[in-house]
Amino acid sequence: MTTSSEPQPKADSALPSSPPAVPASSAAPAPQAAAAAGLQSSVTSKPTAVPASPPPNPLAHLPLPFKGVDYAAKGYHCEATVSPDQVVAVAEALDKEGLSLDTITGVDWMAEGQMEVVYDYFHPAKALRVVVRTHIPRDNPEIATIHKVFPGANWHERETHDFFGIRFLGHPNLTPFLLPEDADFHPLRKDYAP
Amino acid sequence: MITKEAIISNGAPSETFTLNLGPQHPATHGVLRVKMTMDGEYIVRAEPVCGYIHRMQEKMGENRTYAQFLPNTSRIDYLSAMIYTHGFVGAVERALKLQVPPRAEYIRVITSEMNRISSHLVWWGAFLLDLGGFTPLLYAFDDREKILDLLESITGSRLTYSYFRIGGVYNDIDDSFIKGTRAFVAQMRPRLKMYRALVTDNIILRKRLIDIGPISKEMCRRYGATGPVIRGSGVPYDVRRVEPYSVYSEFDFVIPTFPETDSMARYLVRMEEMAQSLRIIEQGLDKLPAGPVMAEKVPRVLKLPAGDYCYAVEAARGRFAVRIVSDGKEIPYRVKLRTPSLSNLSLFEEASAGMLLPDALALMGSLDLVIPDIDR
Repeated sequence: MTTSSEPQPKADSALPSSPPAVPASSAAPAPQAAAAAGLQSSVTSKPTAVPASPPPNPLAHLPLPFKGVDYAAKGYHCEATVSPDQVVAVAEALDKEGLSLDTITGVDWMAEGQMEVVYDYFHPAKALRVVVRTHIPRDNPEIATIHKVFPGANWHERETHDFFGIRFLGHPNLTPFLLPEDADFHPLRKDYAP
Repeated sequence: MITKEAIISNGAPSETFTLNLGPQHPATHGVLRVKMTMDGEYIVRAEPVCGYIHRMQEKMGENRTYAQFLPNTSRIDYLSAMIYTHGFVGAVERALKLQVPPRAEYIRVITSEMNRISSHLVWWGAFLLDLGGFTPLLYAFDDREKILDLLESITGSRLTYSYFRIGGVYNDIDDSFIKGTRAFVAQMRPRLKMYRALVTDNIILRKRLIDIGPISKEMCRRYGATGPVIRGSGVPYDVRRVEPYSVYSEFDFVIPTFPETDSMARYLVRMEEMAQSLRIIEQGLDKLPAGPVMAEKVPRVLKLPAGDYCYAVEAARGRFAVRIVSDGKEIPYRVKLRTPSLSNLSLFEEASAGMLLPDALALMGSLDLVIPDIDR
């Protein structure tokens, strides 16, 4: 394993870097015994400084449950959790805003009996990444297609159907995309055993 | 130009036949099949059939630790392996709130841009090979060889580098690498001028590319196309500029765009990008700070706090984004890899309808496809 830092020569004093991260973890009285515990403490001690002002919501003008997200921590600006029957309306609203579809994917939450469908959008002109999530029952994963709004969704939905068995209602060609043409299994389901 | 309508109005019978392009066709640069419904020489419908080299990289992400998955990221788009690794380590570093030393970030930018040039050189040679010109490939591989030698000297690998590690880079660059890279930059600039005189200004090439395969700004947006494809449609979308990651905000470079939307525009974007990458490399070497190349306190066992984390980078073919969903364990709960070639190819069916077959191949070549990047 080469992920851990090799013993570096202590040239650190020459560096003007990384003052924010170091004091946070060294100030926390975490035992150095477990590396994971040290990590946990640096993570939990950090947010105490941050939530002074909630991150701005660039899509606040839309009548949709969007909320701002700290980009530096998460990698996107805005997210919303909507009900499954809203995804087409959300796609239409974001289409009007000039956003583009990044990707569609699923997450199998087997313990909760749910499938999460995640829609990623990006703006081709400014820094705006939007995540839209919805949850559907795992035993009957069905949701409407958005390929009529974003034709690029066609392949992403086929891929998500391959991997999770999520059926996109109204999709013109929901056949195996990356898997073999006779595939009847869904490898990213957590109970999949090859 | 003889149009399809003119041929039909002259009494020629209109019927279609199916033509399979691939899965073992040189113009597809890998194992891609395009099922084409043809009306004579004209394409009625061209449907790409993907998945011939699908490896289920995303499942592999769910059954090994973050560090163990890292080498996989070099094998998605093998031509810009360095940049893809950056996307993955960036997501993990974001989740762990790791501060990467500035020297490591500069080395990442320098090596990423060298990788971008080597990737564009392969595209350039192979694309011109598609169009019937053999010689440029030899020039391209000559220059690429110099980059591969330099990168091999510091990473130990010529293609699948896995050089970026979580928290920094594998090892420091040495003086001979810096000297060699400066020599390469000095050497490459006149070569790009020569490429222009030798190939870009060639009338045959221009006739093959100008006005061929227009992809509008709007079509790029609806399909999520990025990289040189969207910049060839006049949109200055580049992740390095729109969502600056690493230390790209400290560099002075231009995002080349061409508003013509045709295959020539996409060609010119990539040629100009090589010149801009040279500028970035030079600035990086000038400003290279001293210090360690690996963050301190990288835990030996990596456990990401529960939640999801995204990180996007500008790969040679466009926007590559990683989404990691963690449930707090050592092994990722879900790793989603958003690859640019998939979105760029998805518009091919719409863009190629009604085109002549050889023009459609010029369009496909101008998309710069890497099939393992689509199939993952």
